[in-house]
Formats: sequence, C-alpha cells, structure tokens
Amino acid sequence: MSESVKATIDSDSTGNVPGAPATRVIKRHTLATRLWHWTNLVCLIVLLMSGLQIFNAHPALYWGEQSDFANPFIAIHARTAEDGERMGVVRIAGQAFDTTGVLGLSDDNGQLRERAFPRWATLPGDKWLTMGRNWHFLAAWIFVPLVVAYLLYTLLVPQRRRALFPTWVQLKNIPRTLLDHARLRFHHEADYNGIQKLTYLLVLFGLLPVMILSGLTMAPSVNAAWPWLTELFGGRQSARTFHFLCATALIGFFVVHIALVLVSGVFNNLRSMVSGRYRIQVEAHDGSEPKHD
Amino acid sequence: MTDSNTRLSTSPEPDRARRRLLGGLCALGAGTFLTGCDRLSESAPVRATLSNVEQLSYKAQRLIASRQALAKEFDESQIAPVFRPNGTTNPQEDYYRAWVENGFADWRLTIDGLVEEPMTLSLPALREMASRTQITRHDCVEGWSCIGQWTGVPLADLLDRVRPADTARFVVFHCADHTYGGSDLYYESLDMIEAYHPQTLLAYDLNGEPLPVANGAPIRLRAERQLGYKQAKYVMRVELVESFKQLHGGKGGYWEDRGYDWWAGI
Repeated sequence: MSESVKATIDSDSTGNVPGAPATRVIKRHTLATRLWHWTNLVCLIVLLMSGLQIFNAHPALYWGEQSDFANPFIAIHARTAEDGERMGVVRIAGQAFDTTGVLGLSDDNGQLRERAFPRWATLPGDKWLTMGRNWHFLAAWIFVPLVVAYLLYTLLVPQRRRALFPTWVQLKNIPRTLLDHARLRFHHEADYNGIQKLTYLLVLFGLLPVMILSGLTMAPSVNAAWPWLTELFGGRQSARTFHFLCATALIGFFVVHIALVLVSGVFNNLRSMVSGRYRIQVEAHDGSEPKHD
Repeated sequence: MTDSNTRLSTSPEPDRARRRLLGGLCALGAGTFLTGCDRLSESAPVRATLSNVEQLSYKAQRLIASRQALAKEFDESQIAPVFRPNGTTNPQEDYYRAWVENGFADWRLTIDGLVEEPMTLSLPALREMASRTQITRHDCVEGWSCIGQWTGVPLADLLDRVRPADTARFVVFHCADHTYGGSDLYYESLDMIEAYHPQTLLAYDLNGEPLPVANGAPIRLRAERQLGYKQAKYVMRVELVESFKQLHGGKGGYWEDRGYDWWAGI
C-alpha cells in the first residue's frame, strides 16, 4: 500500500500532520490555461482602462440606434450646485447621485476637473481619446482571438467539457455549496464545484461573447458587413450600453473572484495558476475522484 | 497511509518570506505596468506597433465587408429632430463669409490632381447631376450617433467624369475651415474602394433642406462606412493623389495628423 500511495503523492507535499485530513498536490491547470489566464488579466486591465478613456469622450449611454441627447439612460457630468460649488453627478434613468471626487468631477494633476472617470482609472491618464482607442484595439486583437480559441477548445475537448460543465450531482449540491461558502468552508477538490462552473460558464459563454460582439458592432464598417449584429442588440447605442454594462458585470466577477481567491487559500490558489500545482483533500466530500492529472 | 503522513509532516513550513516577496513583486509589477502604459504611449516603437494594429483592423474589415456592402439605411420616422453639428460649426474665414452672404453663387468645386479631365463645378451644376438620397446613421468617434437624411451626388459619378489616372490611389477632400482656429485647413482622404462605394456622396441637402452652415454648407462628404471625422464639411476641392505623404502632416487627414487612425471603419 505505502508504495503505491507514495507513487501518487507528490514528493514535496507539505503540511500533512497526523489526524488532519490527508492532502496531496495535483496538477490542476495546464500551461495553456495558465498562460491564457495571465494574458487575459493584462488584456482586461488595458481594455477596461482604455475603455473608460473612450467612454470619457462622450460620457452618456442611450438605448436604441441613436443618441437622444436630452434623455440619456446613464450620464456622468459635472454641474454647479446651488451653493456655487462644482459637483460631479451620475444620472441613471433620471435619478441623480452626487459622486464628486470620483465620477464627473475629480482630481486631475492637483485640480478638480470635469471628467467622467478619474485620471487613475483611465489609460492613458490624460484626456487622450485616440491613444485610448489605440490601446483598446491592440488589447482586443490579443484578447479576442484567444477567447475564441479557448471557447472552441472548451467545447471540443471532452476533458475540458467535464472540467467546466457541472454534473447533475454538483447542480443538486449548489444550495449546500452556497451555505459552505457563506461559512467560509471551502472544499479543496480537483474538480470545480457547481457554483464555480456555472459562474465560469456565464462569463465565458455569456459576458465575454456579448462584450466582444457589442464592441464589434460599434464599428461602422462591421455594421455594414453584418447589419444583423447591430439589430440583435437593438441598435448601435444599445450595443454601446450593453458593452458598458457587461464591462461592469466583468468587474463584479473580478471582485468576487479575487475575494474568493483570497479567502479560500490564497497561496494554493495562486500557485495553481502559476505552476499549475494545487493541493486537494484526498477524501473528496462528494466522493468523486480527481479528474485532472 | 500513516507512514507517508509521518514522513511528509517532517517537511518544512511554507516559506512565508518568499511568499511576501512574491506578493510585493506582484504589486510592484502592477504599478509599473500602469505607469508604464502611460509612458509607452509616448514611445516611437509602441506607436509603430499601434499603427500595425490599425492595418490589421483595416485588412480584417476589408475581408468581412464586401466592397459594395451597404451601411444600414433607416426610415424617415427615425430621423433625429436636430442633426448634431460637431467640429467647426461656423467658419469665420473671409472667403467663406462672402460665399454665405451671396448664397454660394460664387462657390465652385474643383476636382483635379491625377485625373484626365480636371473640372470646376458650381452648386447648381452639382444639383443638376443624378442624385442619391439616403437616411443613415452618423457615428462619431466620441461614441454618439445621429440619424439624418442626405441627398447628394455619388462621388463615383464625379470620378467617372474626371477619369482618374491609373496612378491615383486616394481621393483627398480639401475644406474651407480652420478647425478650432488652427493653422491647417481641414482635409480628409478615402481610398478608391470607399470613394467608389455607392453610398459615398458629396451631399448638398440634409433632411430635404439645403445643408446648413453648421453641418458643412454648401457640400460635405458622406462616407457611410466610416466614423464622423471622415465626413469632411465645407469641401472646396477634391484632389486625386498617389500618396498623401506630401499633404499637411502626411497622415491623410486633419485628425489623422493629430493621432487618429486613417482607417476610420472602427
């Protein structure tokens, strides 16, 4: 027995003490996944910040084909309050919010200036639409082909499908998994749990495609080539609004993702995405065997 | 099992110092990355890379859109009540003021450069030619859109009349206005594919009325598969060239000389 166990246990597995659940280190992520993950991080930061620079050139969003300038769905601007002070305002569907200091009016090289998103959130920091566009398109040309390749890879390779599509048991266990998450009790298993899988599927096959397609459809020449795409979004300004809302949703995903990485064993999680090695509990709770070797 | 556990428990504790160092390096990396991007925006090789990206977008869009693919046309009911003017809205040049005062009676459009038969046309002469009317959406590089109805002469018909030389590769539009009071006159350029596109017009009417001064009177360019800054207003002269390197900043347009992409299809 001890011979065979030794053979599967990684030689530098650490931290196992008698009485504690046995663990072992597996290879969780392939090199391709790890490279893709970190390339995505860089691309998404550039895309987000340059996107905010582009948004700042006309900080208002509308529904439909064109801009109803008097009635934007969302607008970020500065105005003079009744007491004569300048203030930053975000208007969403007619409701106004005071956002002075961050949105609408913020510090720009020691001076309060009107700009939708503040200097620290845009790329470049200065108001510079064309450079923002350049960075956006450069990052998009790296990001989009890789996303498309990854989605195809995920759909076509059975092993990848198993890694991302939840099993019936995992779906049934979602309430329990949610409860465990709320208690910060994380089970370190080779397989993702049901919530993780559904979230990744939503991001990969929902948010990212909408993000990419709504971005493409804003280009007038793509619009001439594929008019159905604009119609799918309900018009060019709707597409622009969806692009912005999806970016917001991706930030939401990013925040939750980072929070869970931090609280569920930050070193183990980070290592799995750097070297691929991930420590799991040997006796998995749902009895499933590790599938990624 | 116990065997292996006992053996493994002798392994050292995780190296906290190494982890802290790695964390620090990550934070440093992120900070450097962001200020780096700002600084990179100024560097020549980076700008060269970015212009290669423009070429990539240009070729990809030429690949997916056929030469004749039309920009979407809209219903009369969708026309915006006011077509938002942008850039120069009231040129102050003396010659332009004089044209406005006499209703553009003295105004002439010159078409020259690499053509077999250069010509000069008055506004009534342009209006007598076959026209095209289209209701299209104007997409500004800033992000907003506005729908308007344009009537004008298809540029292809004018080009057929002047007969471009084989060496002609671009059509340049020289305008009457100094945008934002700068030293350069506004100008723009299209390649022959966009120039001959059926929706590319020299438009003289907006929403059935003569083009207002704010929107580019007496004629403006409509190139419907391109962003707003390509739609040159106050066009005075159409010049066919082999290259626009010798003109103004050499990038083929007023905004292009200020860093914007020449390919305005995205």
